[in-house]
Amino acid sequence: MGAPVQSLASQTPNKAEHSIINEKRHRRHLLGNRLSRYYFFFSILALCLVLGLVIVFIGKTALLLFGDVSPAEFFLSFNWTPEEEVFGAAAFIVNTLILTALTLLIAVPVSVGMAVLCAEIAPKWMKSFIRPVLDLLVGIPSIVYGYLGLTVLLPFLRRISGEGLGDGVLAAALVLALMVLPTICRISDDAIVAVPRKFRDAAYALGSTRLQVIMRVVLPAAKRGIISAVILGMTRAVGETMAVVMVIGNTPQLAKSLFTPSSVLTSNIVMQISNVEFESTWNYALHMMAFLLLLISFVLILIIRVLGRKRGDA
Amino acid sequence: MNLTRNRHTARSRRNNKIATFGFYALGALVMLLIFWLLFTILSKGLPQLRPEFLVRLPEEIDPGGGIGPVLFNSFYILFISLLISIPVGVGAGIYMAEYAPDNRFTGALRICVESLSSVPSIVFGLLGLAIFAEYFGIGLTILGGGVSLALLNLPMLARVTEEAVRAVPGDIREAGYALGMTKFHVIRKVVLPVALPAIVTGICLVAGRAFGESAVIILTAGLSTSGEMWDFNLFSPGETLAVHLWYVQSEAIVEDARQIADKSAAVLVFVVLLINFMFRFPLWLGNRKKGH
Repeated sequence: MGAPVQSLASQTPNKAEHSIINEKRHRRHLLGNRLSRYYFFFSILALCLVLGLVIVFIGKTALLLFGDVSPAEFFLSFNWTPEEEVFGAAAFIVNTLILTALTLLIAVPVSVGMAVLCAEIAPKWMKSFIRPVLDLLVGIPSIVYGYLGLTVLLPFLRRISGEGLGDGVLAAALVLALMVLPTICRISDDAIVAVPRKFRDAAYALGSTRLQVIMRVVLPAAKRGIISAVILGMTRAVGETMAVVMVIGNTPQLAKSLFTPSSVLTSNIVMQISNVEFESTWNYALHMMAFLLLLISFVLILIIRVLGRKRGDA
Repeated sequence: MNLTRNRHTARSRRNNKIATFGFYALGALVMLLIFWLLFTILSKGLPQLRPEFLVRLPEEIDPGGGIGPVLFNSFYILFISLLISIPVGVGAGIYMAEYAPDNRFTGALRICVESLSSVPSIVFGLLGLAIFAEYFGIGLTILGGGVSLALLNLPMLARVTEEAVRAVPGDIREAGYALGMTKFHVIRKVVLPVALPAIVTGICLVAGRAFGESAVIILTAGLSTSGEMWDFNLFSPGETLAVHLWYVQSEAIVEDARQIADKSAAVLVFVVLLINFMFRFPLWLGNRKKGH
């Protein structure tokens, strides 16, 4: 009985040393585990902090506006003459709405059609060709779209319409439509692919043609996803700046026709912000316009969330 | 009664054929449009491109100016913005995928990230202007541009990381836990290596977008450069290539402005495509090998 004890005793210092090293390593791992948890948590908090910064910095300056100009004037007057202290932003707001509506009018049929082609009709090799090409389109900088609009689209529109300049909401809407196309298309594509196979099988079993399956079964089933895609495209269209600036004409007036040079919220901000004093009503008005953009995109995101939640329940 | 062929089914079949043709035609048109656009941009600029154009200083009056400093600034600002945004953005994405409990608070965090990613870039420009030009009073600088751009990148980085980490199968995590690894150890040694290709792809996407971003830079880094090549000073004005394209197109008075704009646009698109492909290509190749 003595031998094992002895051998144990002879091993003890060695083992103790070993277990101390192990314990150190173990502690280090636990510490790293705890610290990393804090780090990841603070990263996400930093994101929220940025959102807070955006709202506070823009909102604070924006609200100073209503000390100088009444909300009724800002939102309802179409007269924007900052040199004479007249700040009516209604024209920009209405133009933004017109531009967004026109963009979607052009982009939605094309993008949903492309999504249907990708998800339902095209053979596999064509899908794996179209999808990366659309991703390519996302990567092109907005300023390049604007430049193309200026150098290719505007001369083209001038020739077709006989208008002198060709810039206005139509040109801007065409450029924007191309920019939101991949966004709407890829998300609708995902929504259509997510429609369960058995829906289609049931419809085919009843003798439907492929068009009938698409129009009466697949698209209605993917409706929520497609609407989310359209709204996401809308947030891009509303917030896009540089591409619009280059083709819309930058004149603060209501877009009465498709070729009236006009201005939207984003383009007006970027054209004028560098010319104004920080402590001026003009600057406050521009910040108020940015704040409006912020509110519009938050509302759109909330709509997408509500849509998504309902889909989750079903 | 003939069930298989009456007027109604014949019409449906005809419509089906027409629609199929219509969808294919639409697809072909859109693809043609995209390639024609890419071809237009690249063919106008690339053939005239000379290496010295990429390093020479821009000219205000004489023709023959280059884009050296603005191209340098583009990469410099992109580097600064990624340096700031990758640790935080990837960290936030890992938190949302691995740590976030399923409760109200996480829901609120998610709304925050989504709202932040929907904020128009011009608003980030205004924020950068307010913080750096007004609050700190350092004016329009490379630093301001880089930080503002980093803020713009954050939500997108968080989203791509979260998706990449979520796509890692759960059982290999459990295998790690079964060996007694801590959560962080599992993330570092098991989850991240598996998710890395997807994260890298996401980062490339973000970098490509940031490289071409102009609305933020125009407000925070300005419309001019310090006029020197290789200017690493964080506090000099930092016009980037995208902004230069805008400047040349709208305000420049040199006679070859049009050519400079064409060439700048071509370089811009070329670099963005390069950023998108360069890092993805090895990954794509790896995936193909694994697949077979």
